[in-house]
Amino acid sequence: MNRLTAAYLAVALVALFGGVVTGALQALEHAGVNLYPAVAAVVKSYYHGLTLHGVLNVLVWTTFFISGFVPWIAVRALEVPLASLRLGWAAFGLMTAGLVLAAVPLMGNAATVMFTFYAPLKAHWAFYIGLTLVVVGTWLVTLNLVITHRAWRARNPETRTPLAAFMSLVTFVMWTIASLGLAAEMLFMLIPWSLGLMAGTDALLARVLFWFTGHPIVYFWLLPAYISWYTLVPRQAGGKLFSDPLARVSFVLFLVLSTPLGFHHQFTDPGIGEGWKLLHAFITFAVFFPSLLTFFSLVASLENGARARGGKGWVAWFGKLPWGDPSLAAQVLAMILFAFGGIGGLINASFTMNLVVHNTAWIPGHLHLTVGTAVTLTFMGITYWLVPLLRGRQLWSRRLALIQVWLWVVGMAIFSNAQHRLGLMGMPRRTMISAAPYLQSEWQSALQLVGIGGTILFVSAMLYFANIVLTVVASREPAAVEVPFAEALSGPEHAPAILDRWRPWLVLTVVLIAIAYGPVLVRLIATTPFNTPGLRVW
Amino acid sequence: MRRGTTIYLYELAWILPSIAIPVGMLVALVVTAFGAGVHVPSDAGRIDSTRVAETFPTGVYELAPGQYEVRLLGQIWTFAPNEIRVPRGSTVHFWATSKDVVHGLFIPHANVNVMLLPGQLAHVTARFDTPGVYPIICHEYCGIAHHVMAGKMVVE
Repeated sequence: MNRLTAAYLAVALVALFGGVVTGALQALEHAGVNLYPAVAAVVKSYYHGLTLHGVLNVLVWTTFFISGFVPWIAVRALEVPLASLRLGWAAFGLMTAGLVLAAVPLMGNAATVMFTFYAPLKAHWAFYIGLTLVVVGTWLVTLNLVITHRAWRARNPETRTPLAAFMSLVTFVMWTIASLGLAAEMLFMLIPWSLGLMAGTDALLARVLFWFTGHPIVYFWLLPAYISWYTLVPRQAGGKLFSDPLARVSFVLFLVLSTPLGFHHQFTDPGIGEGWKLLHAFITFAVFFPSLLTFFSLVASLENGARARGGKGWVAWFGKLPWGDPSLAAQVLAMILFAFGGIGGLINASFTMNLVVHNTAWIPGHLHLTVGTAVTLTFMGITYWLVPLLRGRQLWSRRLALIQVWLWVVGMAIFSNAQHRLGLMGMPRRTMISAAPYLQSEWQSALQLVGIGGTILFVSAMLYFANIVLTVVASREPAAVEVPFAEALSGPEHAPAILDRWRPWLVLTVVLIAIAYGPVLVRLIATTPFNTPGLRVW
Repeated sequence: MRRGTTIYLYELAWILPSIAIPVGMLVALVVTAFGAGVHVPSDAGRIDSTRVAETFPTGVYELAPGQYEVRLLGQIWTFAPNEIRVPRGSTVHFWATSKDVVHGLFIPHANVNVMLLPGQLAHVTARFDTPGVYPIICHEYCGIAHHVMAGKMVVE
């Protein structure tokens, strides 16, 4: 199991490396430093680099890290072996094979379609089939987790599922349901079309199916960070989780509410009625409820730890957290930046207010706080104890790790703030902005900050990779790391039994999806002519 | 008080504001959306993207004094028409679509923000009170020269 997780982490880190390097090129381009001619042998254009950045960071780094870490923590919490290590390796093999298949056209500039791959931009078929295999691989991970849990349940009929295992199951079950939209888009539209079996496609239906998966995928990235924040960080902070039942309530709500709200990415799309968009806006605000529960629980847990360490006052206790631990510092700082990401997300979701920010630089500003910090900095923090544990050697340098964490926070604060402001000033996202004829002089100072923030992030990431690589190859001190599972002030015995049952929640999930998506999908499928030809225009 | 009960009260103390805050924001959203009369784009019908050259004549048409209709086509990598002139105080009804891939129609600071999808008609209405030159920006990646896809809206 440890080797399997290490294999996933290795692929994830290689992807993150590629994603960070291509990201730095973009940030510098915004600041007027065009390095693309210098790297033209590998990165053919700004948009080729942008596609690599998006696919490697938000699709590969996240998915591979999660598929390695989440089952591992679940198995540790259940204290049983993974049901089938062979199935585990089969899933890894399938995902890696899919990744390699997709990487060939991706690297070769034959799939420069962004990580959203909006049809009728038409990538090489290997890109679509490869990504589909990665998704199918994650379904095998779900299957393995479910079988493992059933085996545990057979031996422990009366016990509550341990919190970390419960959350892991919710994460993968939610993802498996949510990924059906993407799977349908791939199997019934993009793959047959790219192979020449279908003459045309349809832009709107492809987008609806994509965003069916495309919003819950952010919860698929975020929930593993929450697993760490709820079940590990309180212990790392020297305290206890505030409430185990509250954590379960919020995860059940994430299962139920994560999927039926994808139209909030399509508020400005034609072809979808305003009423349906409003319904999805309502459900988006409903998900804010478990997010706030999470926020309050986590702050209370941190406060519990800080007070146990002698913290005093209303706010001053915050300084008493063990800031010298890079794993804890990374995750607490990730939470703080995520608070701003969450507030920005509410603005995006606020229906008519979306008209101001949709597809502007505000959006990458937002998602670098969420997936780029809440998720990525937390995952980095996890690796600061997980890699030493898997390798059996101490982290090469704690001090370097602390510097890396703070650099990330400073770089991201500069970068993200500038992007948000550029969005409000009307700068579009996903654009080689230095070459745009409408480049405004009032954007210039913020564009310089994008370059500076991006450079700091790049340096931080390089320090991170150096530390991890040196831990693996050069660290000599044996490590005695244990998994820092936290106890709870209010334990699982206080949780209502219904929170550990699956059928009512799954039924509710499916019913809500049917209400929110059913009528629109039926109408679109019935009326779509599939006559738009594909184009390769990059 | 028993320790368990205290914690239960703490939990309740967090649950209630966690419900109240999103509900309050939602009410604000609905009131401003419908009270201020700002609309997100809705379903405006289909159009055959392969035949737009014949079925979708582009241009700027005066419907009545102060009322203009703009029929705008996005295509790689231009807008047709590429320049729109209206007098200040005009209400402009945009009807737009795409001839090829996904484009965007974005006029900053004017609440014009809509995706142009091949196969779908898009409709938005905006009022231009302040004279000036507004960029018309394609804000969705549409290929290698996406960044040059832009037009001008001149409010006189």
